[in-house]
Amino acid sequence: MQKMCSFITSNFHKYNPSSLDSYLSIGGFEATQKAICFGSDKVIEEMGKAQIRGRGGAEYDLAKKWTQARLVSGPIKYVVCNADEGEPCTFKDRDILSYDPFRLIEGMIICGLTINATAGYIYIREEYTYLQSLFLDAIKQCRRKNFLGKNILGTSNDFELYVYTGAGAYVCGEGSTLIESIEGKSGRPRIKPPYIKECGLWQKPTCVNNVETLTLAAAIMQYGVNEYIKYGTEKSVGTKIISLAGNINNPGTYEIPFGLTLEEIINDLGGGITNGGELQFIQLGGASGKIAPASVISTPYTYEDLKNQDLTIGSGGFLVVDTNCRIIDFIKSIQDFFVHESCGKCTPCREGNRQIEKILERFIKNEQREHDLDTAIRFAEIMKNCSFCGLGETAQSAFLSAVKHFPNEFLSGEEVSYATN
Amino acid sequence: MHIDDRCAQFEILTEKLAYNINRIVEKYNYDESKLISILLDVQKIVPKQYIPTEIAIYIGEKMNLPLSRVYDVISFYMALSPNKRGDYIIQVCDSVVCQVVGNAFLLNILQDYLNINFDESTEDGIFYLEKAPCFGACDVAPAIRLNGTVYGNLDTKKKIIDLLEKYREEKLYAENV
Repeated sequence: MQKMCSFITSNFHKYNPSSLDSYLSIGGFEATQKAICFGSDKVIEEMGKAQIRGRGGAEYDLAKKWTQARLVSGPIKYVVCNADEGEPCTFKDRDILSYDPFRLIEGMIICGLTINATAGYIYIREEYTYLQSLFLDAIKQCRRKNFLGKNILGTSNDFELYVYTGAGAYVCGEGSTLIESIEGKSGRPRIKPPYIKECGLWQKPTCVNNVETLTLAAAIMQYGVNEYIKYGTEKSVGTKIISLAGNINNPGTYEIPFGLTLEEIINDLGGGITNGGELQFIQLGGASGKIAPASVISTPYTYEDLKNQDLTIGSGGFLVVDTNCRIIDFIKSIQDFFVHESCGKCTPCREGNRQIEKILERFIKNEQREHDLDTAIRFAEIMKNCSFCGLGETAQSAFLSAVKHFPNEFLSGEEVSYATN
Repeated sequence: MHIDDRCAQFEILTEKLAYNINRIVEKYNYDESKLISILLDVQKIVPKQYIPTEIAIYIGEKMNLPLSRVYDVISFYMALSPNKRGDYIIQVCDSVVCQVVGNAFLLNILQDYLNINFDESTEDGIFYLEKAPCFGACDVAPAIRLNGTVYGNLDTKKKIIDLLEKYREEKLYAENV
């Protein structure tokens, strides 16, 4: 099987990202033209054939999302692009934003036309400030050529695009929180229902999509869905951009067909473990993803095979860790991240994270008490079930999977002394 | 008395700064939804890159927002600071990827060389050091962000010190010109 492919990323380094003319010279805006010819039903049908699942991490069916967004009635609807890529070990959106801003804009326009939205908002994290000006300029150029504005491309549809900045808050990657932030408030999630598809930005129906998802939608429009479904496996169709990092020789972003094994990704794309080290475990899907021991590396990178191993693709983060890292230090680092990033709105996440952090601190100092592990697991389960938003629900994935796969790292004080004697 | 006339009573909010803040607020059309962008832009032009109380009050009055509304945003977002920082803000990524690749060495050198702890500024006010969550530079870990620019693969002492020296010289040169 071909190891790397170029479908979503096919425009990378092919044009000057700050010039619309350059983009048009390589077939830019053909995708939007096609989407206009197709009409909403056919566009959604194509997305359905491509079986796209949301690429930000939630893996929600795109055709379903756009169908629901389209069916919501109302004169004003919004498309939001979530470019608040805050998940540690995820930097694929950064590359799309840097090298192919115009295709993303096309993706937003196509989504807008499909669901009858009147405006789009792109929320770019503060850490990518340097990319915000690129987008502001790209939008200006698109307006001049009537790709944005009133009656775009000769249709009866109006579509405007605006750039909003984040200010360093991981939780703003959550849909309703992101909307609060666009409205200029602190980032705390909203209660659902009402769902943002019905009552989102400024109380209007809103369709939030990830950068990669929208870019992929535009690429499918341009090349046709049949080109896309050539890649991948039967149940995991197509390609995915992964962010490979950690103790690996060639870290970076790679577009791969679904179905490569984890081993192929680590060795053939990543060039193996740094300094000839030995793989200890991997973490998929960023800090909120689960970890899995080296024994799983023959698993194919597909939704269904990873699910069987209790893993998820999530955002496409792929962190490789060698045997020099202590599991407990790794988990503590993840825990520090979530303590820092919890917005504090709900008790399970705010207090759960703090208490688990204290317990992990004791494990690091080897001062753990008899029931510490049980307490931490109980808190983690409560967080998973009772947190207000996805942040709290997934914050303990790494910890719980570490306990499952590496139980010896979490022995109580007495068990440790028993084992060493 | 209008707040513009009170600039004389303030230490940081000079007339010139107030004028520039007005321009930022006008650029965003006094739009409440742009409060985050306004505060980020203002913070860049305040010496030592922060939002002091008097400026928070000033922006609140300009935009007709309660002070609590302004502080809701300032205190929530990491990129905004109510505390005095420095000419150059060094954010060291302390998330899991940088730790796995090995950033302990980077954290130590920065603290030793600048002779400060995290969340502190150097005596001359040039550098401010803080830990930051992942800023998406995992492919060049271990990395820092210096006033928004990412520097990666900082795996030797020389690379780190040369970088800091370059910025220190730049600042001193600018002051003497």
